[in-house]
Amino acid sequence: MSAEKEAVKDESMLLQKAMISRNYDAITSKHETGRKVVSTFVPGNLNELVMCFDMLNNLPEINAIQAGMRKLSGGYIMEAEKGGHSEDVCTYVKADIGQMARGNIAPNGKPFPDPDILLLSYTGCYTFMKWFELLREQYKCPTVMVHVPYQGDGHTTQNMRDYIVKQLKEEVIPTFERISGKKFDIDLLRELMTRSAKAEDDLVWVIETAKHKPSPIDAYFGAVYYVGPIFSAFRGTQEAVDYYKVLKKEIQYRIDNKMGPITPEGEMKEQKYRIVVEGPPNWTNYREFWKMFYDEGAVVVASSYSKVGGTYDMGFRHDPKNPLESLADYCLGCYTNRNLPTRVDILEKYINDYEADGLLTNSIKSCNSFSAGQLMMMREVEKRTGKPGAFIETDLVDPRYFSAANVKNRLESYFQMIEQKRRGVKSAA
Amino acid sequence: MRCFIGIDLGSTTTKSVLMDENMKVLGRGITGSRSNYDIAAAVTKQEAKIGTRFTLFRDRLASNGKAQDAEHLIGDLERTFRLEQFLYMLSELESTCDGFVSGPRVVGKESIIREALDTVFKNLRAEAIGIYGPNAARKSDFFRDIAGSRYMALAEDVAKKADLNFDLLVNIYDKSINEIENRMSSDDDVSKWFVKALDRVLADGSTLNKENITSAMNDTLSIPLDETYVVGTGYGRVRLPFPKEHIRSEILCHGLGAHMMFPGTRTVLDIGGQDTKGIQVDENGIVENFQMNDRCAAGCGRYLGYIANEMNMGLHELGPMAMKANKVSRINSTCTVFAGAELRDRLSLGEKREDILAGLHRAIILRAMSILSRAGGIRDEFTFTGGVAKNEAAVRELNKLVEENYGKLKINIDPDSIYTGALGGATFAHRACN
Repeated sequence: MSAEKEAVKDESMLLQKAMISRNYDAITSKHETGRKVVSTFVPGNLNELVMCFDMLNNLPEINAIQAGMRKLSGGYIMEAEKGGHSEDVCTYVKADIGQMARGNIAPNGKPFPDPDILLLSYTGCYTFMKWFELLREQYKCPTVMVHVPYQGDGHTTQNMRDYIVKQLKEEVIPTFERISGKKFDIDLLRELMTRSAKAEDDLVWVIETAKHKPSPIDAYFGAVYYVGPIFSAFRGTQEAVDYYKVLKKEIQYRIDNKMGPITPEGEMKEQKYRIVVEGPPNWTNYREFWKMFYDEGAVVVASSYSKVGGTYDMGFRHDPKNPLESLADYCLGCYTNRNLPTRVDILEKYINDYEADGLLTNSIKSCNSFSAGQLMMMREVEKRTGKPGAFIETDLVDPRYFSAANVKNRLESYFQMIEQKRRGVKSAA
Repeated sequence: MRCFIGIDLGSTTTKSVLMDENMKVLGRGITGSRSNYDIAAAVTKQEAKIGTRFTLFRDRLASNGKAQDAEHLIGDLERTFRLEQFLYMLSELESTCDGFVSGPRVVGKESIIREALDTVFKNLRAEAIGIYGPNAARKSDFFRDIAGSRYMALAEDVAKKADLNFDLLVNIYDKSINEIENRMSSDDDVSKWFVKALDRVLADGSTLNKENITSAMNDTLSIPLDETYVVGTGYGRVRLPFPKEHIRSEILCHGLGAHMMFPGTRTVLDIGGQDTKGIQVDENGIVENFQMNDRCAAGCGRYLGYIANEMNMGLHELGPMAMKANKVSRINSTCTVFAGAELRDRLSLGEKREDILAGLHRAIILRAMSILSRAGGIRDEFTFTGGVAKNEAAVRELNKLVEENYGKLKINIDPDSIYTGALGGATFAHRACN
């Protein structure tokens, strides 16, 4: 197979790539530097707290995404299935387990060292718990869990917040102190959170630029990159603050010049459809998937996936004045921790605020946390907004579940349906 | 004359519809998709033009005031035209086969093979008259199917008598048929078949005025059929050598096609070779919503194809056999891959073939019902399209399940429902120019 054409990349993308590489290098050289490694998840990511103890943050989900984008996940998943994991299990989990079975090689080509601690700080996805049980079995390292109550009634209570803060104080912080040998310094946490909030302000500015017409960004395929630093190991760092400065400049330039987003094939010129997307992307055929949108002139103006690591556009910021409480709020506010009516409200608001043409749901075969209830949600959003919805099915990192012809067929049908509706009765036979 | 053509490139068959300036459908064409969409599109387009010539000829005769005689003549002419076309393709096949009598496997046996082929084709030609005789039932209308099944039967016999390896003859056929299928007949060929066929019919002691009829035919053949606008749809649409604006999604084409056939349509179910689609349309045929199966083609037309193969039956024989069932077997899997296993499993339990088939049809429709409910349910009127709509057992199950779940609704099935997507395409083509 011929190699894919080199993608067009902005300066911010190169900057982020270097940040990620540095983090992988830091993780794989932990034995030389003596730094400790924490494995944890994107939702409920307590990066500032991890940094307080000078530990490194390793995210198995991100590793699975990296493997998916580098076309390695298929082999890893088969490896995990050989080990007895069923076809229906979350493919992030299987990619991770399979990667371990095949030597656990990091994207920099060096083996991942075993983590020193597993931090499970979000339990809205129950698969996360099982995943970490498997990892604990494998690594035989300490595990610390923060139980996060589900927002079943659509809101949080002081009780929930106190419950999480108590866990942070009584479980997480003492365990981190023990593992790292460092005392907890709340002032350092405040300092890091000040930087977090700054970067979060900028991220919100970035994602809200999609309200412009033409939109200077793609809020799904492009936003995956934009949320990267804040969702992963960089929230609270100066690097993240600097990254958003560069990114904002790039986007401001595009706004000033009425330019569209930069796709792997260069600037997207024509924007015929403004779409809101619900659900995570497919990673194994990411470029091919994106191309199906921009080739048809479809730009994503808002997405729920770009909120999985924090619903900042709904007002949440890490608060240096109440550091532990705001970590609790952060964990509680994860997108998939919201109940279905709240998710419907969010999507409806996106359709209206971003003047979108409709809602597309990318339902993930192996992710119940996201997929349960999605069709009903879509119907409700359609009813409330009067804008048409469409439903496609792919998977996170299992290439076997991506059927390009089928997805393309549905997407084109959807875009043409929007066009047909827009032109209305006039054009009907 | 200005013609507007819609081509639906399905995974199994490729269909086309040709309409005139007044949106009257003049001709339809269908051919196997044969993994070569370019050829399939060209062949089906030619077939639609052939159909158009028949319609134009019929109209011309009718305008002469002899509608009833004309109908009879057209019936004979259609049959005889197909015979001429078949004979022509047979001779092409024969010379192609001859060309493949070479290579190390046949060294020293060339003359005996040529002799065998000669016998096979002589017999095939003799049989052709009967195959296209009045009231003869054909299992398929595709050259590949008819010529293939008879060739195999005849060649096996000939090979046995000549003490020749049957596989050699099969091999030669396989190579040749693929080449023949990828050839297109020209407009000149088509005109020749028309003239020859008409001669044959008129020579059969017709009482009609031969001169008038011949001149009507000549007039018909002299009308240029301009491809004013062509719209492609279906699974293979991206393979069409068309500019983007000439390509429409099959969902939109099926929605509009169903609306053209039955303007009261609000919900469409299309079961094709590898897709099942549930589509909601408004009073103008505009798609409001749709759902379709994901990459798994479970319960689609192809599933029935596999079952037919497993049972050594023709696809068209499945429905009638299922209709004979006394009870409906419970089938758990509509997975195409496991179709054979499911079938053997049931047979080994002693269940009857017809009961199993009835169960399989029910399973397919149950799956379609689930897709429909995901698309927002069934509204009145409900139109069923696609190849499976021709299957009476599937239709029976659908009727039952629709009534159970949604009450009494008007269910529309057009005998030409397989052309729904192409009809929608042709309508889009017409719309693009008017």
